Amino acid sequence: MTQAEVMLRTNNVSKSFGPEGAATVALSGVDMTIRAGEFVTIVGASGCGKSTLLNLFAGLDRPSAGTLEVNGKIALMFQEATLLPWLTARGNIELALNYAGVSRKNRDARVAELLEIVRLGEWADKRPHELSGGMRQRVALARCLAQGAQIVLMDEPLGALDAMTRDHLHDEIESIVAAQGLTVVFVTHNMREAVRLGDRVILMGSRPGRVVYEQSVPLKRPRAMDSNDIASRAAELTNRLKAEQGTLQGADS
Amino acid sequence: MSNTRFRLPTITIRDAWSWTWPKLFAIALVLGAWEILYLSEWRPSYVLPGPIETFAALFDMVGTERFWLAVKTTITRAGTGSLLALVIGSIVGIAVARIKPLRLAVGNVITGLQVMPSIAWFPLAILVFGLNEQAILFVVVLGAGPSIANGVIAGIDHVPPAFTRLGRVLGAGPVALYRDIVLPAALPTYVAGLVQGWSFAWRSLMAGELLVIIAETPSLGTTLDFARQMSKVPELIATMIVILLIGMLVDTIFGTISRKIRRDRGLAIDD
Repeated sequence: MTQAEVMLRTNNVSKSFGPEGAATVALSGVDMTIRAGEFVTIVGASGCGKSTLLNLFAGLDRPSAGTLEVNGKIALMFQEATLLPWLTARGNIELALNYAGVSRKNRDARVAELLEIVRLGEWADKRPHELSGGMRQRVALARCLAQGAQIVLMDEPLGALDAMTRDHLHDEIESIVAAQGLTVVFVTHNMREAVRLGDRVILMGSRPGRVVYEQSVPLKRPRAMDSNDIASRAAELTNRLKAEQGTLQGADS
Repeated sequence: MSNTRFRLPTITIRDAWSWTWPKLFAIALVLGAWEILYLSEWRPSYVLPGPIETFAALFDMVGTERFWLAVKTTITRAGTGSLLALVIGSIVGIAVARIKPLRLAVGNVITGLQVMPSIAWFPLAILVFGLNEQAILFVVVLGAGPSIANGVIAGIDHVPPAFTRLGRVLGAGPVALYRDIVLPAALPTYVAGLVQGWSFAWRSLMAGELLVIIAETPSLGTTLDFARQMSKVPELIATMIVILLIGMLVDTIFGTISRKIRRDRGLAIDD
């Protein structure tokens, strides 16, 4: 069987902030390969460089050392929906279509299509403050899709939502990603969520941020957050993270 | 069509009354205090007339063609001056917010100009332009422009970084980023700057109309000055009331626009 095309690859990537000599190392020697159609979740404690890595992939920042390979157009979804409050749900999606070069006459139909995908057809003319947190993230997801990207980077997009809304959105994201054939890098600090969504989970350690463990998740979809399989895999990841942090604390003392 | 965008608020009689009575009460209070002061004969009635005499003068005044010509001149000057200040202030504001060396060079000067009493410009304006419209407009623009420019600068400075980051992620170029994201995000603060700019423009204009009297051109300022010279005190106070009312009317219009912008963004409390 031939392997799918490489969409994202990092070779020994490091990233430091601050002046030389007093720099904070956010990432060190990160090697990672993500192939077309993969749903990769990245977990780790706060400050382990997960978001920094996404910023590098998205081109919002540059690595201090190492090389980065990106093969495809990228869209990024943030923890907050970051919808523009003066535009309606339709307007927010239209803006992304405009920048993606979709002609004015095709935009209306495409907006309607995208809003249907995220099941918000009836809410097209509502402004962000008139939508719930979950709805806002669905609009943000539609806006991501509007960019016509092959790779979607998601930076803890469901972190601020209640458990029930999050479960619904897991199902939705999973089916949309499968239907559109997207490659996804999904950052979270929730181990269960990482296992629930990922084809592969990458665990990152802190100080400096680096890859410490990888786990394939060959479980059949759709998966349930509270299944035993997910719970046991999440527990394993948590134990590895604790062991990793214990090593750090040991080194500190 | 969106039924959110064009929805008109439903106003009941109760709402209208709860909005109106405090204003009526305040007016009644002022008129009452004025009448008491008049009756107490603190000053002779030819210096401080009572409200009845003043409103009779106001009533007579609004029936004359000269009054409406005066209002037209003053409003035209205020409109032209404010519009010029809006264009110049906005361009300067965007340039200063965007170009760092320019901000270092003139950022403080704009604030300095904003707090400088605009009446202090008149002697120079009269020498440079003469006793004419340009002198008045020059000072009105200098009065309003800095507030508008500072409104733009503050608005742009306070745009959440997440919005500009979003713009970059969506692929907006520098012009599109400003047009579609930065300037709309700065709009509430910009409008606040416009309101302040208007109040400075209005004050500067009144000072200008009292100092720069142009022959055969009646204005509210000259009406005021003429009434003082002729000791027509009821007419003088009546003109002051008109000046106050125009100022309040424009402020109400700006206030309504500002509230609409805030409400559309989920920022306004229901008021």
